[in-house]
Amino acid sequence: MGNYLTAFLIGGLICVLGQLFLDNTKYTPAHLLVALVVLGSIFTGLGWYEPLIKFAGAGMTVPVSNFGYVLTRGVLEEASRDGLMGLFKGLLETASAGISASVVIAFFIALIFNPKS
Amino acid sequence: MAKKLKGQTLIFSNPPQIIGHTSVVGPEEKKGPYGKDFDFAYQDVKCGKDSWEKGEKQMASDALKGAMDKAGLDPSDVNLILGGDLLDEIITADYVARDQDIPFLGLYSACAIMVEALGLGAALMDGGFADCVLAFASSDYQTAERQYRNPIEYGAQYPPYKQYTVTGAAAYALGWLGGQTWITHFTAGKVLDLGVKDPNNMGSAMAPAAADTILQHFADLERGLPDYDLILSGDLGKMGKKMLLSLLQEKNLNPGKKLQDCGALIFGGKEKYGAGGSGAGASGVMLGNVFIPKIIKGEINRILLVGTGALLSPLTIQQGESIPGIAHAVVVEKITGG
Amino acid sequence: MKNINKTTDEYSNLIKKNQPPVKKVRNIIRAFVVGGLISVLGQGLWNLYLLYFDLSQDDAGALATITLIFLGGLLTGLGVYDNLGQFAGAGSIVPVTGFANAMVSPAMEYKQEGYILGIGAKLFSVAGPVLTYGMVSAFIIGALKQILGG
Repeated sequence: MGNYLTAFLIGGLICVLGQLFLDNTKYTPAHLLVALVVLGSIFTGLGWYEPLIKFAGAGMTVPVSNFGYVLTRGVLEEASRDGLMGLFKGLLETASAGISASVVIAFFIALIFNPKS
Repeated sequence: MAKKLKGQTLIFSNPPQIIGHTSVVGPEEKKGPYGKDFDFAYQDVKCGKDSWEKGEKQMASDALKGAMDKAGLDPSDVNLILGGDLLDEIITADYVARDQDIPFLGLYSACAIMVEALGLGAALMDGGFADCVLAFASSDYQTAERQYRNPIEYGAQYPPYKQYTVTGAAAYALGWLGGQTWITHFTAGKVLDLGVKDPNNMGSAMAPAAADTILQHFADLERGLPDYDLILSGDLGKMGKKMLLSLLQEKNLNPGKKLQDCGALIFGGKEKYGAGGSGAGASGVMLGNVFIPKIIKGEINRILLVGTGALLSPLTIQQGESIPGIAHAVVVEKITGG
Repeated sequence: MKNINKTTDEYSNLIKKNQPPVKKVRNIIRAFVVGGLISVLGQGLWNLYLLYFDLSQDDAGALATITLIFLGGLLTGLGVYDNLGQFAGAGSIVPVTGFANAMVSPAMEYKQEGYILGIGAKLFSVAGPVLTYGMVSAFIIGALKQILGG
């Protein structure tokens, strides 16, 4: 699961690619995040994401592409067990700790805090 | 055959006076170099209300009442209110007018509303249709950002030419007696769109319209830069001002220091505010409290106030549309022996 | 006849001439360092939960993600994340902390509009596309694998 150096380098590198994307295209952060999630999903399908996690650890799980990985992995595992129904069940069952946590945590923080100028 | 219209410019034979005005601003504007010049500043942008929109409405109402008080007017003296703001349905202005017992003409030209209101109000008086009008405009940082761009606390990286909406409201009372400055001309602007699609670069979106209106104004009246002490644009900001100077230079006009921009001035050029202030309130609060006193003191005599508006629609931006700009201008001056 | 007659291309060139240059190298370095550091933090949390809380690798990783989400959300609530974003650009947008920021920032702002239609709906106004496309692409990849018998 990687070490501090590989995490720093790979995590930093993915952010650099993101920065190049933002500075050189007319696309917005929203486009960047969607692209990362979809790429995470595709890499998972190709079997590349897990070996990258073994090498870079958090360098691959901290960027938002990780959502793509977790969602896709969940779907693939369920589908190999349950076939077609597994496709749908997999999505809902691994709604991903990250995503469900985001909704719940964000809700409570938004409740408590207010924007400043 | 319009007798008092040359090209796009209305020439007033009975120019009305500005007989009272008030500006109300928020804490950031108070912190700026002109903070002490504004009539009133709120420390809390919500003005004690429970939403920013209600806070903006409070500021605009305060400005309106202040202008009437300073002009010694009773609401029954006022024939007409003209005004607007940046929110959908110009709802701030609608609510302000709801509190008054005076007919209301709502206007929208984004950040050029103040000048549009002054110009139209003056025209109605010059034409003999009114003896006293109120013109007002307002804008607010929180309400504008969440309607047009991103949430305030969103961690996006903004370019240095992004502007900071002024939280401020200004109101002017126009009448026949007691004022020391007159509105003598109104140049109505055309919409120009040179394809700017970046909602963070409104200065560049507005500059072509500003250039077009200024050139038209000079052509209509056969005047030039020497005829004015100051060309004051509303909220082009540092970037938009550079673009305007470039465009004017191509037509052999080099105003240099004669061209000032309310948005670029109001926050003192600090980096936190990007290219400077923007918003319908910017020109209103600066004109009355910073520049009209200069006319009264005799330091300057004649200002060409060019309100600039970026007609941005967040929805059509998503459709790939660009941002059209518009600029209206009024001449504010002292008439000697008037 | 308008007085300013330029094509959009000509004007776009004029803008490029006049606008302050984007400091691309500086932005890349900042994105690299901040993104790298957040990843290091994630790595540290992962190790911590693995060793001291005796969790499986998956669970420890999930908890590390949740911790980062909490931190991103908290910094947004405290009004600090937008400053980090201006400094680090993609370095703070790409990590999952940026995702938390994208949910908290609009939701905080629409509290005035109530719990249901305000916070409730606006949680997803910026981050929504990520969830939509994350799920859709996971589904498609899964379906493709089923069809191709992977």
